[in-house]
Amino acid sequence: MRRRRLPSGWHLVLAPMSLVTVLPFVWMVLSSLMTQAELNRFPPPIWPDAVDLGGYQRVLEGSDFPRWFLNSVLVSGAIVVAQVVLCGMAGYAFARIRFVGSRLVLVLVIATALIPFQLTVIPTFLIFNKVGLTDTLGALIVPQLSSAVGIYLMTSFFQSFPKELEEAGRIDGCSRFAVFFRVVLPVAKPALAALAVITFITAWNDLFWPLVVINSEAKYTVQVGLTTFQGQHRADWPAVMAGTVLTTLPVLGVFLFGQRRFIQALTGAVKG
Amino acid sequence: MTSTATALSRASRHTTPPDRRKLADNITGWTFAGPATLIILGFSLVPMAWALALSFTDSDLMSPGRNVGLENYRALVADPVFHQALRNTALLLFLYLPASLVAGLAVAVLLNRKVRGIGFYRTCFLVPYVASATAAGLLMGYIFDRDFGLFNGMLVKLGLPAQGLLSSPSQAMLVLTVIFFWTRFGFSVVIYLAALQEISKEVVEAAAIDGAGRWATFRHVIVPSVRHMTVFLAVWGMIDVLQFFDLVMTTTKGGPANATVTIVYYVWQLAFTYFTAGYGAAVAYVLFAGTLVLIVAGLLLARRKGAMR
Repeated sequence: MRRRRLPSGWHLVLAPMSLVTVLPFVWMVLSSLMTQAELNRFPPPIWPDAVDLGGYQRVLEGSDFPRWFLNSVLVSGAIVVAQVVLCGMAGYAFARIRFVGSRLVLVLVIATALIPFQLTVIPTFLIFNKVGLTDTLGALIVPQLSSAVGIYLMTSFFQSFPKELEEAGRIDGCSRFAVFFRVVLPVAKPALAALAVITFITAWNDLFWPLVVINSEAKYTVQVGLTTFQGQHRADWPAVMAGTVLTTLPVLGVFLFGQRRFIQALTGAVKG
Repeated sequence: MTSTATALSRASRHTTPPDRRKLADNITGWTFAGPATLIILGFSLVPMAWALALSFTDSDLMSPGRNVGLENYRALVADPVFHQALRNTALLLFLYLPASLVAGLAVAVLLNRKVRGIGFYRTCFLVPYVASATAAGLLMGYIFDRDFGLFNGMLVKLGLPAQGLLSSPSQAMLVLTVIFFWTRFGFSVVIYLAALQEISKEVVEAAAIDGAGRWATFRHVIVPSVRHMTVFLAVWGMIDVLQFFDLVMTTTKGGPANATVTIVYYVWQLAFTYFTAGYGAAVAYVLFAGTLVLIVAGLLLARRKGAMR
């Protein structure tokens, strides 16, 4: 048997295709390192003459970008923690505990995934307006404390989870709560991580709801901030591209780091 | 909730051990599941009913508004912008849906083999899906800019005429469809790839032994085995298309001359920039009804096709 095989011919098909998909992002990074004069040339250069960090400086010092970034971190962080805990608990209950109404409620919850947010957004805005919570970070967090996808993912995970572990815990005289937090949660880490990755990416990338409910610039998330920044600095493309790079880095990092979990969550949400 | 209450009172009357166990299960069950489900149902069913009520008023978002009956729905029938939004959304649906299914399956088949670096390729296809629509929109809005964009720059370098792209009423929606496809089709690839990996090697080999060529194997073994994923992706794609907003917001803002207004973008404009929230709610309801009809029709069609096989 040969030890080394020749590289497969399929690379000739796959490499160009995947390159075309990521090339715009490569150019996003390259153009963020150009000067305004370079980017205003036509046709625009592919490669920067020299690395120029002016774009990054202008977006970081000439706008509230750091503030928006912090807001996004706070909001997405809170949403991730809440969903992991609440959806984890709910999924466990639906999969394991027989309680009145559980079937009906689970079906209702999953059915809500079909309701477009655009249908509910106007009344949701009115609710927050009524309690005086518009234009607060809280308004961004509260509607996303839990999600139908999260509950569905966790329910199907716990349905396939071996019962023996919990039974051992119950025999030792632990309450349901103690069993859940001490025995079940530590073993469920992979599924919770998958939920955390998918929730973070969704929360970080959200544009519609923040755009609706936030007015003051100090409370923008990165996505809203970037959109308005572009509106105000149309000519300063290096700065817009620098902001885009900085906005994409966190999701890209979480995705690359948690890719296996992310794919599990995407495909796990489908099976069932 | 009432059934819980009766169950609780029934359980408390007879405190035999199994009943006590049932009571305990009901209490822990609801304590565990209650918060998460209350939030979801509270933020979907309540606003849903409210939106229906709003759609019969002339609410301006700040005041409750007068009851105008079916006036909003009647106005909708004659609204040229709404018609334009319907046409734009339909065009996106007809171009994007088949393309994402065919390309998704094709790429997944290409990726479903033991080639070194396959994980790297899969990552590449998912990157645009993971990046925010804001980032994708700003980046592509610049690449496809008529006057400064990289795309026209390349055309000119190749000696071809520059195009109107996002500034052209006839091309803008097509360019947006391309951008949308680029950001979304990685999802189809991943879903199809997961399905392909579950097809047993024996089935494919058996087909080969029976003399089936590559195309015949693909047509008669692979396509039917991933059919449930095709149905799922079609439904998911429809929901995705009907909620198309972010890219419009960050590239064309519906222009030029409403050429890229989608239904959802129109809902947003009506409610939050023109403050005609009642009318916006009516448009949103028509969108929702349309989504449901399309999904149910799609599922019925898939079931009939499945039964025929």
